[in-house]
Formats: sequence, C-alpha cells, structure tokens
Amino acid sequence: MTELSAHLPQFQHGQVTENFPDTHLSNTNDNSERRRHDNTERRRNDRPESETNGQPQNNIQQVVEQDEEEDEELTLKYGAKHVIMLFVPVTLCMVVVVATIKSVSFYTRKDGQLIYTPFTEETETVGQRALNSILNAAIMISVIIVMTILLVVLYKYRCYKVIHGWLIISSLLLLFFFSFIYLGEVFKTYNVAMDYITVALMIWNFGVVGMICIHWKGPLRLQQAYLIMISALMALVFIKYLPEWTAWLILAVISVYDLIAVLCPKGPLRMLVETAQERNETLFPALIYSSTMVWLVNMAEEDPEAQRKASKNSTYDKQAAARQTQNEDAEADDGGFSQEWQQQRDNRIGPIESTPESRAAVQALPSNSQTSEDPEERGVKLGLGDFIFYSVLVGKASATASGDWNTTLACFVAILIGLCLTLLLLAIFKKALPALPISITFGLVFYFATDNLVQPFMDQLAFHQFYI
Amino acid sequence: PAFGLFLFTIARDPLRIIILIAGAFFWLVSLLLSSLIWFIAVKASDPRDEQLQKGLLIFGVMFSVLLQEAFRFLYYKLLRKAIEGLVALSEDGCSPISIQQMAYVAGVGFGLMSGAFSMINLLADALGPGTVGIHGDSQLYFLTSAFMTMVLIFLHTFWGILFFHGCEHRRWWEITAVVVMHLTVSGSSFCNPLYVGSLVPSYLLMAAAAAWAYLLSGGSAQNLRRFLLCK
Repeated sequence: MTELSAHLPQFQHGQVTENFPDTHLSNTNDNSERRRHDNTERRRNDRPESETNGQPQNNIQQVVEQDEEEDEELTLKYGAKHVIMLFVPVTLCMVVVVATIKSVSFYTRKDGQLIYTPFTEETETVGQRALNSILNAAIMISVIIVMTILLVVLYKYRCYKVIHGWLIISSLLLLFFFSFIYLGEVFKTYNVAMDYITVALMIWNFGVVGMICIHWKGPLRLQQAYLIMISALMALVFIKYLPEWTAWLILAVISVYDLIAVLCPKGPLRMLVETAQERNETLFPALIYSSTMVWLVNMAEEDPEAQRKASKNSTYDKQAAARQTQNEDAEADDGGFSQEWQQQRDNRIGPIESTPESRAAVQALPSNSQTSEDPEERGVKLGLGDFIFYSVLVGKASATASGDWNTTLACFVAILIGLCLTLLLLAIFKKALPALPISITFGLVFYFATDNLVQPFMDQLAFHQFYI
Repeated sequence: PAFGLFLFTIARDPLRIIILIAGAFFWLVSLLLSSLIWFIAVKASDPRDEQLQKGLLIFGVMFSVLLQEAFRFLYYKLLRKAIEGLVALSEDGCSPISIQQMAYVAGVGFGLMSGAFSMINLLADALGPGTVGIHGDSQLYFLTSAFMTMVLIFLHTFWGILFFHGCEHRRWWEITAVVVMHLTVSGSSFCNPLYVGSLVPSYLLMAAAAAWAYLLSGGSAQNLRRFLLCK
C-alpha cells in the first residue's frame, strides 16, 4: 500500500493535469469555422459584425447566399451527428467502468485512501463523517485548483517542455502501471493463470502503442480507444480510493468549479482556451478527446469527393511533419482542424502571413468550396476529465447503490441527457463550455432520487409483480 | 425484440437516438415523481398494515400511470416545438423527421426505459444461484415477467403513436383511450400471480393497439398482404 501511495502522488499530478484542462467542452477548432458561418449568415441579415471579414465579402456574396441555408441545415443535422459522436465514447467508457466494477471486486474493496484524502470516513458519528468528507473534498479541490493554475501559468509562459514532460510521465504511469494492476485483477477474478513474461509483453506492447497513439500520430479510432481506456482506468482508481461521501461531494464541487473556471473571465480554463485560440494551437492531445477526424475517415470511405480531401490530408501531413520538426511540438496530431484548414487554404491561395486581418479575410473565402467540406471542420472536443467524472459517477452508482442496475441506468440516461443539453448550449453559444455541471447535476439528482425513492417502489412492484 | 427494434430502426439516425434517450429521460422523471408520491404516502402511513400497504401500492401504480401519460403529453409538446425549429432551419421547408417517426421513437424510448427498469434487476438476480418459486410462489415468475415486460414495451410504442396522433388531430377520445388502456393493463397486472388474468388481456390489448396504430400510420390490409407476400 505504501508503494502504491508513493506512486500515486506522481500519478496524481498526472491525473490532475488530465483533469483540469479537460473539464470543459470546447469547439475551439469549430470556432473559426463557426465564425465563418456566422459571418455568412450575418451578411445575409445585414448585421454590422460582417465588416470584420473585409473585402472578399462582396465578391462571394452570391455564392454565400446559396451556401447559407445549406450551412444552417448542416449545422443542425451535424449537430445531432456530433451528439452521437460524443454519446458513443462516453457510453463505452461508462460501460467499461460498470462492467469492471460489477465483475472485479478489487475496485470495490476498501484498501485505504489516497494521501489527498487523509480523513477517514469510518467515524462514529454522522457529524464527524460529514466534517471529514468536507475536509477531504476541500483538500482535493484545492489540489486541483493549484494544479490548474500551475498548468495555465506554464502554458502562458510557453514552458511547453515542462508540460509535455509532465503529460508524458503521467500517461506513462497510467498506461503501464495502472493497466498492469487492472490486468492482474481481472485475471484474479476469472482465475486465469498467466506468467509474468506474457504479461510483461502484453503490457509493454499496450503501453508503447498507447504512448505513440496519444502523443504522436496514430489511427484516429485507436487513439480514441486508448483515450477511453485511460479514462476508464482513472475513473476506476477514483472509485476505489475515494470514500463514499467524499466522492459525491467532490463530484458536486468539481462541477461548480468547472462552471466557474470556464465561464468567469479570469477562470484558468478560460484563459487556457483563449490563449490556445490566440496562438492558434490545439490544446494538448493527451488531454482531449476529439471526434473531428472521424469525419475525414468516414468521408474518405464513402464519398468520392473525399479523394481530394485525402490528397489535402497528405499535404497536411507533410506540412504537419514540417511544422513538427520546426517546433518540436507534438500537438498537431489530434485533428486540429484549424491548422489543417489553414494549411489547405494556404496551399490554395498562396502563403499568407498569418495576421489577424488576413486570417479573417481568408476565413470568409471557403464558401466557394463545396459544402461537403463543412462536415470536416465541425468536430466536437470533449475533455478527458469529463469522461473520467461521468464514469466515476456511474461507477459509484453501480458499486454502492442499493438499487443497483436501476440506479446505474438512471444515472446513465441522466448524464447523456446532460451531455445533449450541453451540446445544445454549445451550438447556441459557440464557445468553450463546461461539460460537467449539467450532466453531473442531473446524474447526482437522479442517483440520490432513484436510490432512495424509486428503488423501494420498484422493489415492491416487482415483488407483487405489478406493472406500471 | 425491443432492442432489435432499436437496432434496426433507430440506431441509424442520430436524431432518433437523441429523441429516444430524451423519451427515456421523460419516463424516468415521471417514475421519479410517482415514486416520490408513493414514498411520502408510505412514510405517512403505518408500515405494518399489509392491506394498507398493498392498497397504497395500487394507488401508487395508478398515479404513476397517470403521470406517465402526462409526461408523454409534455414530451409531445416539446417535440412539436422541436419540429418547428427543425422546419425553420431546414433547407426545403420540411423537417428531417416526421411527427409520426418521432411518435414511434418516443414510444420506444418510453417502452425501453420502463422495460429496463422492470426487468434488469430481475435479470441480474437470475444470473445468480437460486430456485424460482421455492417459497410457494409461482414457478413461472421469470417467464411471465419477461413476457409481461415485452408486451409493455410494445404497448408503450403503440401508445406513443396513438397518443401523438390523437394530439395532432385533436381527437381527445384517442388520448383517453390510450390512458384507459394503460390503466387497464396495469390493473390487470394486479391479478398476478393469476397470470391468465394479466397476460392474456394485455396481449389482446396489444394486438388491438398494434392494429390501430398500423391503420393510423397509413397501413392497410392490402399493404400488409403485399408486404407479407414480398411483392
């Protein structure tokens, strides 16, 4: 156990970094495109903001007109598509967590607590327990806040190396150590005999491929799968090591914190997103789940026009490789469409200096491109911390609820609906939004309500075999 | 079978999935409220009186049925607004999904959720050790539960279609017919474990509702014949 705690602080750092920038949902890459679409729409409605786009407007006015309705229709249709693109990984993560909790008893055994939650909850009085859990939650939250601010400061002062090192260490830890434990426990549960050499080989392969996929290039599906897996692993660790009331309190407080951090002008997450947008970079690929490139792959399979896009992608890759050797920056691989798109624009139009005016001007241009290019640019990104906390909620529900599957199902539906609403708000407000508050609120409400109210009711009904 | 329905008809279109999940959510909320009421009633009454408890349970069931239908109505309102939004935003003036499809999907959502809630703990327990009906209860518990759940899911689907149709065309008698049917089905489940009293009427009602919904959706005997003969 001591050995575990020794590793955990290191891991905790990693976890927190994964935690905080991810507790927001952003469509940063969408923003440039949405701005473009907004501008096209606004031009039609003769709103004053259209001046930001400069001269090219007049020339393409007519082309813009026909594309507008398609744009709007696309907005909504692909809105639904994006919701589904996010539903699937969130569901998968939750399913993995719930399946593990149900089958592997390791994660429901109380084996002690993290050093971040020093106060125990096995106390004599309820008041003492409440106090302890509040203190635990306070400590945890302050750790998270400190880490967040540290990361933002590092990002602002361009200490990319430090951040990358931090991320790499934490993902190393996750990928190797925690999956080793997980695998060990699964084998123990199913009574499968396994020798160390095979295990070492498997873990080594898993870990190395994971590192490559997440931090460098890799097939999108594989990267998504790895991100889901590490989110599930993290969530499992949380479920195991956080005592009851502390866990619920932390969930509640962290959704409040998320709200504040992303929406307040001085909030650290908001500053992070804005800085990233100013520098036109993508946020760290290891911390954000992106669904954008999926479109590319799908289009390539089913759309003849995508052949051209595929060629554009190859130019992008070369450019990306060139850029990478220039900045030694591994951030270009997560499907950051704003860069890719700009690269393509540059290819078509000729190298343009990336000044704000020219960028704005160029952004107005692509209306003459086919609308089929639009879906490429509409991707939604969800932070990994969101995955983790959703899974923690559902996992805790399935682990400790008396209502068992009913409660789990209820929380699951509640979280999905919350996600839907958040994405709806995202489509309306078009800027980075916290993904946690709505879903976690719904989830918590439904958990406590289902556990205490619905469960006795359903039990009685099932007993008498009444149906409602 | 309901899950098969889901896979074949709904899983393709993301909008339908969203409507499905939202339908499930609405059902869940109605269940929550009704169990709240029941819980309050139980807490306020004497826990030892068996008959009273059973009576309260029956009251809870009826109330829950009414609440479910009320929520179906609310959901209908919401979907109407959503359709108007979709129509306004679509390019050719008609929405990508029709109200009937929505009715179907909403019904499936309700049904799936209610079915899941009824069955899933049962299934989980069924995986464990034990003998059915060892204490003198019916041995067919699991089977009948499964059938009852299935019939309920289908019924919810059909009721969804009928209900929305009734709301669309302002035919209040259709809506009351749905509510009455729901009450009847739940009520018939009170005869359990006298299964013939509950399963048979439920299935008959389901057949009736299926035929009605089919006719409402524009089918006819000829369509059916053509479909069956694969013309």
